[in-house]
Amino acid sequence: MKKIIYLLSAFYLSFVATAQQTPAPIQSESILIQGATLHIGDGTIIENGSLGLENGKIVEIGSSTSITNNYTTQIDATGQHVYPGFIATNSTVGMVEIDAIRPTNDLNEIGTFLPNIRTIIAYNAESKVVESLRPNGILTAQIVPTRGRIAGSSTVVQLDAWNWEDAAIKTDEGMHIYWPRSYRRGNPTKGEDPLLYDQKNYDKQVLELDAYLKEAKTFTTATDKKHLPHAALQASFNGKQQVYLHAKEKRQILDGIVFLQKHGLNNIVLVGGDDAHLILPFLKKNDIPVIVSRPHRLPNTADEDVKLPFKMAKLLMDAGLIITIDVSGRMERMNTRNLPFYAGTFAAYGVDKEKAVQMITLNAAKILSVEDKLGSLTVGKDATLFIAIGDALDMRTNQLSHAFIQGRAILLETHQTELWKRYMEKFSRK
Amino acid sequence: MKIRLLLLFFAVSIIGFSQDYFPTNTSVKTSASHYQAITNATLHPAPNQQINVGTILFKNSTIVAVGENIRIPENTLIHDYSGKHIYASFVELHSNFGIKSGVADGRRGRSTQYDTKREGYYWNDHILSDYNGIIDYSYDKATAKQLRNAGFGVVNSHRTEGIHRGTSVFVALNDNDNDAIRLLDERAAQHLSFTKSKQSAQYYPGSIMGAMALLRQFFHDADWYKKGGASNKDLAIEAFNVNKKLPAFFEARNKLDVARAAKIGKEFGIPLTITASGKEYEHIENLKALNAALLVPVNFPNGYDVTDPVSTQKIALSDMRYWNQAPMNPAVIAKGGIPFAFTSNGLSKKTTFLANVKKAVKYGLDKEKALAALTTTPARLLGKQAIVGQLKKPAMANFIVTNGPLFDASSKIEENWVQGRQYKIITSPEVTFDGKYTLMLDGKELSLVIKNSDSKIAATVKKDSIKLSTKATYKSGWMSLQIQNEAKDAYAQLSAKISEASHIEGEGTSFDGNSIRWMAHFNEATKDKKKTKKESNQPSPVAVTYPNNGFGFSSLPTAQNTLFKNATVWTNEAEGILENADVWVENGKIKAVGQNLTAPGAIEIDATGKHLTSGVIDEHSHIGASSINEGGHNSSAEVTIEDVINPDDINLYHNLSGGVTTLQILHGSANPIGGRSAIIKPRWGEDADGLLYKGAAPFIKFALGENVKQSNWSSYARFPQTRMGVEQVFVDYFQRAKEYQTAWKKYNTLGRKTKAKTLAPRYDLEMETLVEILEGKRFISCHSYVQSEINMLMKVAERFGVTINTFTHILEGYKVADKMKEHGVGGSTFSDWWAYKFEVNDAIPYNGAIMHSQGVTVAFNSDDSEMSRRLNQEAAKAVKYGGVSEEDAWKFVTLNPAKLMHIDDQVGSVKVGKSADLVLWNNHPMSIYAVAEKTMIEGVFYYELDRATAHVEKIQQERNQLIQQMVEAKNGGAPTQKTPKKQAREFHCETLD
Repeated sequence: MKKIIYLLSAFYLSFVATAQQTPAPIQSESILIQGATLHIGDGTIIENGSLGLENGKIVEIGSSTSITNNYTTQIDATGQHVYPGFIATNSTVGMVEIDAIRPTNDLNEIGTFLPNIRTIIAYNAESKVVESLRPNGILTAQIVPTRGRIAGSSTVVQLDAWNWEDAAIKTDEGMHIYWPRSYRRGNPTKGEDPLLYDQKNYDKQVLELDAYLKEAKTFTTATDKKHLPHAALQASFNGKQQVYLHAKEKRQILDGIVFLQKHGLNNIVLVGGDDAHLILPFLKKNDIPVIVSRPHRLPNTADEDVKLPFKMAKLLMDAGLIITIDVSGRMERMNTRNLPFYAGTFAAYGVDKEKAVQMITLNAAKILSVEDKLGSLTVGKDATLFIAIGDALDMRTNQLSHAFIQGRAILLETHQTELWKRYMEKFSRK
Repeated sequence: MKIRLLLLFFAVSIIGFSQDYFPTNTSVKTSASHYQAITNATLHPAPNQQINVGTILFKNSTIVAVGENIRIPENTLIHDYSGKHIYASFVELHSNFGIKSGVADGRRGRSTQYDTKREGYYWNDHILSDYNGIIDYSYDKATAKQLRNAGFGVVNSHRTEGIHRGTSVFVALNDNDNDAIRLLDERAAQHLSFTKSKQSAQYYPGSIMGAMALLRQFFHDADWYKKGGASNKDLAIEAFNVNKKLPAFFEARNKLDVARAAKIGKEFGIPLTITASGKEYEHIENLKALNAALLVPVNFPNGYDVTDPVSTQKIALSDMRYWNQAPMNPAVIAKGGIPFAFTSNGLSKKTTFLANVKKAVKYGLDKEKALAALTTTPARLLGKQAIVGQLKKPAMANFIVTNGPLFDASSKIEENWVQGRQYKIITSPEVTFDGKYTLMLDGKELSLVIKNSDSKIAATVKKDSIKLSTKATYKSGWMSLQIQNEAKDAYAQLSAKISEASHIEGEGTSFDGNSIRWMAHFNEATKDKKKTKKESNQPSPVAVTYPNNGFGFSSLPTAQNTLFKNATVWTNEAEGILENADVWVENGKIKAVGQNLTAPGAIEIDATGKHLTSGVIDEHSHIGASSINEGGHNSSAEVTIEDVINPDDINLYHNLSGGVTTLQILHGSANPIGGRSAIIKPRWGEDADGLLYKGAAPFIKFALGENVKQSNWSSYARFPQTRMGVEQVFVDYFQRAKEYQTAWKKYNTLGRKTKAKTLAPRYDLEMETLVEILEGKRFISCHSYVQSEINMLMKVAERFGVTINTFTHILEGYKVADKMKEHGVGGSTFSDWWAYKFEVNDAIPYNGAIMHSQGVTVAFNSDDSEMSRRLNQEAAKAVKYGGVSEEDAWKFVTLNPAKLMHIDDQVGSVKVGKSADLVLWNNHPMSIYAVAEKTMIEGVFYYELDRATAHVEKIQQERNQLIQQMVEAKNGGAPTQKTPKKQAREFHCETLD
């Protein structure tokens, strides 16, 4: 058996007084990472490659011998692996700190049509959950609203920030529409079988959304009065903002996409899409990218292939769809750090390993329209990347030695690593 | 007794059955004493008897003689029933006929009711053994008619409220006499169920296992009370003890509950008749062993409306199969040799009862057995075989008259006689005048075609070839016709008293309003166009699988002697990881581990490039159970998950697909002292008992912290609400258990004579369990989070000489790992869960590694039906977080949980002599790319990846086949139902039942 070398073998004993990790300063020195396997993020790799970072950007990339610039700092990463920072999509980290404690919940707004609601306002850049993602290579996240038919807009954030303004990379980049559910779950406490039932209000809810969008479209700046929710939707109508359609079942997906297109909302991203494999030609024809439900979920119906959740990525990719991974689900915030392993699980069931990396790097960046800055090891893009001792999609080798966000060498300590070290120190005193 | 006096006035007594000592004010008091006889009919006195031409002689409500050559006394009213068949009227055992249902407790408010509100009765409001149906009974004519029309002559009726429901009334469905005559037994039977009464909001029992424990404790208490153990008055127990010998009926709601009820009946020696679920065909053999009788419904499900393929996709194959297979249920039960009676309970329309019984016959139920299930068997199950169920002296004159053999497709129940009273169901016209006539009207010749059957009539009138709109009615021998003229501006109204079919003549008004006399001449009979339907072949339902869902086996798999060749074997033993090794499995055990093994007769599996490990063991799971929490009290040591195993849970199959071969199904964390665990192996296809890990050490769940304090939901009524109170619950229970133990010890050491004279202490299921803990015979797995409570429980345990076996969750175990090591407790934790509530704020993924480093036996568990199928990935997180070696990390999900569960002598490693619970992986088992290809339990391949993939194809084929059948059925006019979509329910620690 291959022995794994632990980079973090020495415990350091100093503790900062606050629980949160201090954001790293702006990149001042130029950095050369040498001799690593570079996972570009577009499905390709460069063996024994080197990478130059300056002023927060990637300035040079190639085989170790092809590097020409001079760098003030050099990192020998021989035998290690460099990846673009992983990107968590459809995430709610920083919006709820502790599930059971209601005061820490800033996600559950009330109302049905809330296009003017913006997640970035409540995003807690100092969340202990947020910092826990970084040691696993997740350096960027899309923070989405989750309540209401139209839930509001999401923002893409980087995960090493002093405050929400500091964190925002692309503010209000998408509007989130949660399509009415065509089925509902029976409630055992009301004496119902825990089966799925037809959701009787489905048609009514679709009509309500239809009426709302029609009304919102009449919005004009030419009057004295400004309807804030309607105003908030204009970016979606004029194509400046993407529309994220949250839908799982076949009927929802088909109805939702046709409906949105009818309303002139053409930049559609499908989120969830558990039945997407049943309507691949339709999705391909309409070029709908999919943020596919995480593989760590159970099949939706009794007769499904029990491995279907694991195979979805392969099925969708083979059909030529651009996909990334939806991190939402049970215990979604604390599990967001398992994003690399979601990708790895998809790889175990048919997706090429580098394509699996691409899913949570370049594809995610494309879907979020931030591929000009993020998603691949490409000259000119942000130096948001990390170095791992091995395959970052595998738990055993997802061990980071360095991580950079916009060229800033971020801390990989967390509230959790501190407790680890503190108690190992306690026990070592005996 | 509230029999209304008014009823006496309504009872129109023409013949007047004798109420000898009653005065009469409406007439003279002399009474008739004649006989009645049914003659020339084909009699079916009992299911196995037939008299082709026979007589039934009866007087008032009682049969005097039945046979071929019966001497008929002079004073006999004779009914010639030649051509008819006569059977005993049916016996309905399950009904709430005439008994008004309880009134729901309408209380509002946020605090849960934990205690009883009744005074002087048992401590649980759902034990209503003191209730007698007669209290609220009032004869219900409308329902009586429905039941009578379905063929029933008598009904056993109870109030369907509560776990013990008290007694029933037994009533003849005789409208024409009063309750003095038709009330046959005011305490006929006792009734039980697992369902709480809506009359009380008392929370306990909050689960099916709680209901089972409650019944057990109640039976023990009743016995102890009878012996004089109690100093208080308990009317519920007293009533139970009085009614104990009555026949006992149990209403079960599903297949698993049937077996559970039967199990309790067997334990306490109570012969039960249990309401069948309709799915007994799924595990008939196992049911037979439980020695219960069944009350079988015939409410076969309608097919689904499959017109919408999107919705259809959501219907589970198992539900489609239910539609396809359900009608064979009675036949399978009969062939299984289980005594059973039919019930119309559950049918939305009682009129479909006989048709559904016929359907069961068509699906292979023997006719004689079908008849017995309608008559003699229910009579016997109620202990009333002397008076109902057969045509014999001196039974009641309850019989049905049919137009042919009962189970023939065209046969109908024409009359139902109850207590010698005739009730006509189908009134045939006295004269049949089907045919083609020439109708003379206003001097014009019209053609008239009449069709009449039963009491209905239809007529067509044509002038030449033009059809005239016509309405026909027939009542009390009079036919009337309303005919519209060609111009549609006038009607002719005709009527005639029909006396002979060949010539109809009557009065009426013509189209122009004149009074006329009209007549119709018979020409010829109408030809019956309906060809007799081809007797379709006996239906062949799709095959039942084990379990009976899409992924079931077509027959139960058996152990195979197997040789795995050339694998990388993770032994979990001193040998470590062996490359290119062979593992030989024989008779479910590991026979040899080594190189170049040969195993004659064994199937050989080339495992080159693959990894073979022992099966994954999940110390903390909530799958495969019908309930998880009994939170009705702060201790529920009396309940056991072993009572509520659900072997059909698809999650068991999911677990197999992830290499899981043993699980501990723990009670939830609703209370400090939870219920007892079930240790199971996911033997897919076996029944509930077949899943239990035989000989496993017994466990119980304890819990600490926010859940038991009910911190995260609005519940303020139950002690304890703080960690201080939690400690006291344990101290209190252990103290009482100690005292209980002493009391029994003292009693058991008495000399034989003194013992006989001394009353034994009260038998307490909860205390029995706690004594097992004190005696080291039962182990504790305790849900725990923060260090203070972990420390607390160890200290409390130590005071009572107990060692906590396992802390589960134990997310702050890393803070007290040294103390844990000292106490000798293991830690079964999550790899990386945290932040879901306040007490996991300091939960860290390094927890496992730290505890491991301090010598604590560490396992990773799932507590989650999704995670449990990829515990191999979770184990790898011990490598990532804290740098545990790969071999040790793998033990976190195999050998270490086996140690914590005291089964490491049998499972948990690849060692000669241990159970062959093995998993073949396509990769390093902790690699993210690892997929389990084969999962073996004791030599049986319960899961194979390629077979599972093929299964998906098979499911699709069978679905298509059944969808086709449903489309045909719908097009043939069969009713359909909306689609329910099956989705397994997930249980977690916090699920409230």
